[in-house]
Amino acid sequence: MPREMTMDKSKMVVVEGSYAVAHSVKVCRPNVISAYPITPQTHIVEDLSQFMADGEIPNCEYINVESEFSALSALVGSSAVGARSYSATTSQGLELMHEVLFNVSGMRLPIVMTVANRAVSAPISIWNDQQDSIAQRDTGWIQLYAENIQEASDMTAQLFKISEDKDIMMPSMACMDGFILSHVYEPVVLLEQDITDEFLPPFNPERTLDPSNPLTFGAFADPNYYTEFRYLQEQAMQTALKKIETVADEFSDMYGRYFGGLIDEYQTEDADIIIMAMGSIVGTIKDVIDRLRENNVKVGLLKVRAFRPFPAEAIKNVIKDAKVVVVLDKNISLGMNAGALFIETKSVLYNTDIDVPVTGYMIGHGGRDIPTSTIDKIIDDAKEIMKSGIKTESQFTDLKEELV
Amino acid sequence: MNQISLLAPGHSGCAGCCDAMAAKFTLMGAGDNCIVVSPTGCLEVMTTPYPETSWDVPWIHSLFENAGAVASGIEAGLKALGKKEKTKVIAMGGDGATLDIGLQAISGAFERGHDFTYVCIDNEAYMNTGVQRSGATPYNASTTTSPAGKVSFGNPRPKKNMPAIIAAHGSPYVATTSLAYPKDMIAKVKKATEIEGPTYIHCHAPCTTGWGFDTSKTVEVAKMAVKTGLWPLYEMENGVVTKVRKIGKVKAPVEDYLKMQRRFKHLFTMEGGEEEIAKIQDIANMNIEEYGL
Repeated sequence: MPREMTMDKSKMVVVEGSYAVAHSVKVCRPNVISAYPITPQTHIVEDLSQFMADGEIPNCEYINVESEFSALSALVGSSAVGARSYSATTSQGLELMHEVLFNVSGMRLPIVMTVANRAVSAPISIWNDQQDSIAQRDTGWIQLYAENIQEASDMTAQLFKISEDKDIMMPSMACMDGFILSHVYEPVVLLEQDITDEFLPPFNPERTLDPSNPLTFGAFADPNYYTEFRYLQEQAMQTALKKIETVADEFSDMYGRYFGGLIDEYQTEDADIIIMAMGSIVGTIKDVIDRLRENNVKVGLLKVRAFRPFPAEAIKNVIKDAKVVVVLDKNISLGMNAGALFIETKSVLYNTDIDVPVTGYMIGHGGRDIPTSTIDKIIDDAKEIMKSGIKTESQFTDLKEELV
Repeated sequence: MNQISLLAPGHSGCAGCCDAMAAKFTLMGAGDNCIVVSPTGCLEVMTTPYPETSWDVPWIHSLFENAGAVASGIEAGLKALGKKEKTKVIAMGGDGATLDIGLQAISGAFERGHDFTYVCIDNEAYMNTGVQRSGATPYNASTTTSPAGKVSFGNPRPKKNMPAIIAAHGSPYVATTSLAYPKDMIAKVKKATEIEGPTYIHCHAPCTTGWGFDTSKTVEVAKMAVKTGLWPLYEMENGVVTKVRKIGKVKAPVEDYLKMQRRFKHLFTMEGGEEEIAKIQDIANMNIEEYGL
């Protein structure tokens, strides 16, 4: 349910999204930051570098690595010795990390990484979509998607707390839309050091690389053992489902801000049409809903904040009484002609009593603008589906037919 | 010198395994207050079949190509936590993980100047996957991906000069070692780990399985590589050769080394083999001249 936020306007400052995130990282007291520059992540690591140069992050080493592959690999080492470890990347950089992503989660290292979501080459594009992080969905990283700069900033502290929980110990990505959030200036409340110190305890893992108690990390597991490692990772993800909610609640209590736990809802209670989406597009949708509600169109929004672990029960609970569910995806699973959120949503409805039509739109690829008129058109389609059923399950949005 | 082996027996290395010897000597030089990183390879597989381990020091394996980066992170993490002063960081990997797939991460780690020691255990091919050629495979060695055949004498290229590459990064200490000279290796590892900054040990490590010699001959083969001048033992400090192990006036001909090993057997049976052996002798002669062996 939507909650009242007690945003103290006197505390608000107008900063770039990247700065807000860098500030959050700083007050989380990281011990090792390791990153390689890539647009549009650069401002985050530049701001962190300046904090380091000004001596504002105590007990921290910043490693200027020679690639994203090494950026995350270095954090394998630092996290394993018990250092709170952070990186930021996007797009090609995230894809270059692919092998390391599995390794980090398999070794249960609670690294937190900001992903300034960007399209993937070819064709090369520096603009926003969410193909990069969606392509890493099976790597065992918790993924939260931010709606705005404040949420991207707040999420950073939440994710350290979630990832470092002794019952979870899984890495996480704070996904924020590249440029749309990373390079935009908005009024935000920067995380306070004193509250954050109370909210986020120091990183104190049970097992580290320590000569006084020599342990072996990263052993090889034969078929007698491998399955159980995967099973335990999945158990940790299921535990994270609850923890994401409780940490969002704790954050809300301490900072007075709440952007949802696993999901958030907007005008869903009586909605016939429910739109599902992740990231900054949520703001645009809310504007459209506000306007349509004035004309008594019963439309609501289900914001999916956690994509991994996937909040199946929370989603089912919200959409079970809707007449149409519309899923927007800034990604595509090529060969499936559908986006990931659409595919996952449909899959969790199977074997249930819920019988609601679900239609998918692949939207905003490679930074293609998403005007409110596009959302209007999608909602018009949904009204048609209510009357006469689904004709097209999943489709590209705003496709320029003349170019194909 | 630490007399207690920090690498427990019972691992699954072959009889006469070079990796086990090299790891043991490295730990004897480094002592027990260290953290070891190993990339993927024989050493990793044979010493850590879950839930067992041979390592009596903290040890981590991440991936094949990132030992340099993982070591960087360990060093940085220890520094940030105020624990670096007392703990040494060692990366220990094979020639494939060092000269080929892991080179970029190692280059980055040396360029950034992390305080750690990298030990390359060079057995001159990808042994863990079945003796495929690497950038460290010597000229004319027959491997499974550079086999000798009717129109091939085996690997067509000489070894990549990894110590020179590391020295070019400005490393304060680079040394070559051999399994035939354990005291020399242990002393060099000790020195490397005591010098601040990124230091490098390149250990020539004959592999009984991959090279094709009797499991009792690892040390003899290693010694012959040194005696012929094919594997010079030297130290470089800040890019300058400061010490060389002389091998005496009478150098062994390279045939004495080559004929001990199956991987060079074709040079003694194929037409034109003599000329090829002469080319290998030229490599030894160049080493003898360059390092004043």
